[in-house]
Amino acid sequence: MAHAHSSNFEANARAALADAQLQRALGHVRVNFVERRAAAAARLPEFERLRDRAVAIKDHTLAHLDYYLERFADEVGAAGGTVHWCADAAEARAAILAICRKAGARTVTKGKSMVGEEIAINAHLEANGIEPVETDLGEYIIQLRKEPPSHLIAPAIHVSKEQVADAFRAAHRNLDPARPLGEPAALLAEARAALRGKFLAADVGITGANFLVAETGSAIIVTNEGNGDLTQTLPKAHIVLTGIEKLVPTLEDAATLLRVLARSATGQEFSVYTTVATGPRRAGDLDGPGEFHVILLDNGRSAMLAGNLRDALRCIRCGACLNHCPVYQAVGGHAYGAVYSGPIGAVITPALHGLAGARHLPNASTFCGRCEEVCPMRIPLPRLLRHWREAEFERHLQPAVSRAALAAWAFLARRPRIYGPAAALAAAVLSRLGRRHGRLGSLPAPAGATFQQMWRRRP
Amino acid sequence: MSDRAGLLSAVRRALGRGELGVDERRELDARIASAESGPIPTRAQGERRELIDRFIAMAEEASATVRRVAAPGEVPAAVGDYLAAHNLPSRLRVAPDPAVADLPWRGQPMIDISVGAARAEDSASLTPALAGVAETGTLALVSGPGTPTTLNLLPDAHIVLLRAGDIVGSLEEVWTRLRRLGALPRTVNFITGPSRSADIEQTLQMGAHGPRRLHILLIDE
Ligand code: SF4
Repeated sequence: MAHAHSSNFEANARAALADAQLQRALGHVRVNFVERRAAAAARLPEFERLRDRAVAIKDHTLAHLDYYLERFADEVGAAGGTVHWCADAAEARAAILAICRKAGARTVTKGKSMVGEEIAINAHLEANGIEPVETDLGEYIIQLRKEPPSHLIAPAIHVSKEQVADAFRAAHRNLDPARPLGEPAALLAEARAALRGKFLAADVGITGANFLVAETGSAIIVTNEGNGDLTQTLPKAHIVLTGIEKLVPTLEDAATLLRVLARSATGQEFSVYTTVATGPRRAGDLDGPGEFHVILLDNGRSAMLAGNLRDALRCIRCGACLNHCPVYQAVGGHAYGAVYSGPIGAVITPALHGLAGARHLPNASTFCGRCEEVCPMRIPLPRLLRHWREAEFERHLQPAVSRAALAAWAFLARRPRIYGPAAALAAAVLSRLGRRHGRLGSLPAPAGATFQQMWRRRP
Repeated sequence: MSDRAGLLSAVRRALGRGELGVDERRELDARIASAESGPIPTRAQGERRELIDRFIAMAEEASATVRRVAAPGEVPAAVGDYLAAHNLPSRLRVAPDPAVADLPWRGQPMIDISVGAARAEDSASLTPALAGVAETGTLALVSGPGTPTTLNLLPDAHIVLLRAGDIVGSLEEVWTRLRRLGALPRTVNFITGPSRSADIEQTLQMGAHGPRRLHILLIDE
């Protein structure tokens, strides 16, 4: 699955449904995330009002994003930090490499950053002789396994503890090969010890940001492990790698968003570590980084402001839409073959990386609407998925037979009651048609079963 | 690189407008200056006594431990009890802030006290909190010459001194206090319970990278 590609969603999905280990791992999603979020939301009577306010804050910020970006940048400068404006991934990679080179960096620790995955910063650092070390336990595991993350907030959710033990035995060669690694506690203790050395040795620390505060020029990160804090506190330089959509106007606005984030993500009342970082070490401070850099990445985001897709920029990457999506629950994140998976991934991947390589992703949906119901930011994900389907149709990226199928699909998808049976029929018919014409490989859905059927049949 | 103008004009193009006018910018300045709050949950409001009880309950729910002490002078003995009860080495790294560094440590000759930022070998630390947030049982700790951030992160056991009078209802009240103190410190750490991870088979385990234990000494006076 490590080399899954988004243009191949259907084949990836089939493989995922047949993978018993993956199916067992995905069982955790249904129990842990779904039930805990429901309990946390029920416990806070103000939850729905907080969601409304959170949506209003982000809508306001996005409508005035130029103002808030400028204010933020001015405040970062006033606090002694540096902002790097990057139009695309290549510029962001170059800016990060330049900072690392100037710091004479050999080891770079990294807090969890989806933008880091988006711009593939690790490969770039490695290619330039710098060792990037992921410090979030899940990210560390998938880094050792040379895999992409399969979930926004639980990147190694597809991995079993036996597979973690194998990865640790292969990586930590200095330890006794006969040591017992059967239990999660032993694995955690080993990772803690291994990474402690890396934290202390790192020259530069890279974190993402959950929120950027325009009022103060602060970057806010939220973790449960404390890895992001060690990453940003111990090295000589702290780099915040983040998208331009993370802005909020004030600390009060951040408080509102924080109230919905942890509850939607893990069902916690509040995450363990919420950290507000503003500029570099101050006079008299005994610790903290000497340099503070913020990489503000556009990479397709500003273009999303122009139309329907602006709504998707409200996303706070909580993962709730993945956790509640029957497609994600059935096949996991890797089947999407993209850095961002699940409903939000299917919406933003074509915007960030182009529709041509991601044209099957908008089909990775049953349009059940659960994602929109639980999204704390009330992003109309089903509507945005339809937007891409229509764009795909208009761009004529599909072969002729498939274009006809999509037209029918678009018609049926807007009529959910007849969608199920009709889609099954269409799939069966088109599959036969496709086989007769010897072009099965180019057909996205018509393989004899709809996604909904495959899902029901899964082991 | 660093093309501020280019990125901003891409944003404006997508928003379908040019630069904002003076009046519009003034309105946005005013929105920031007003620091208006969103909905404050009922549970973040109440009488002081209620808020203290809620803080303790929420902190304990997040797996922190809380011990109430009557006066600062009793803190050294409480620290000694804690280290002994958990079989921790009798060593303590204390923040330089006088609120903790100047406590009567002579009464605890068994504890090896040192003052400063945390080092790799430190097993336990003691730091003062700026505030406690009742809503979620969260501690607010700020960086500064007397309160290095590493003390909150590196040692296995983190002991925090919190005055009951510094317990507030909501996060917003912490912002208000911070604004009154002047520029935001380099780091504000909001900490709710000890470090944890569920990244291995979604099994929750304590002590991922930060402290395995978080102990709050709540001074009642
Ligand atoms: S789209 Fe909504 S539910 Fe999905 S990750 Fe973003 S904020 Fe969370």
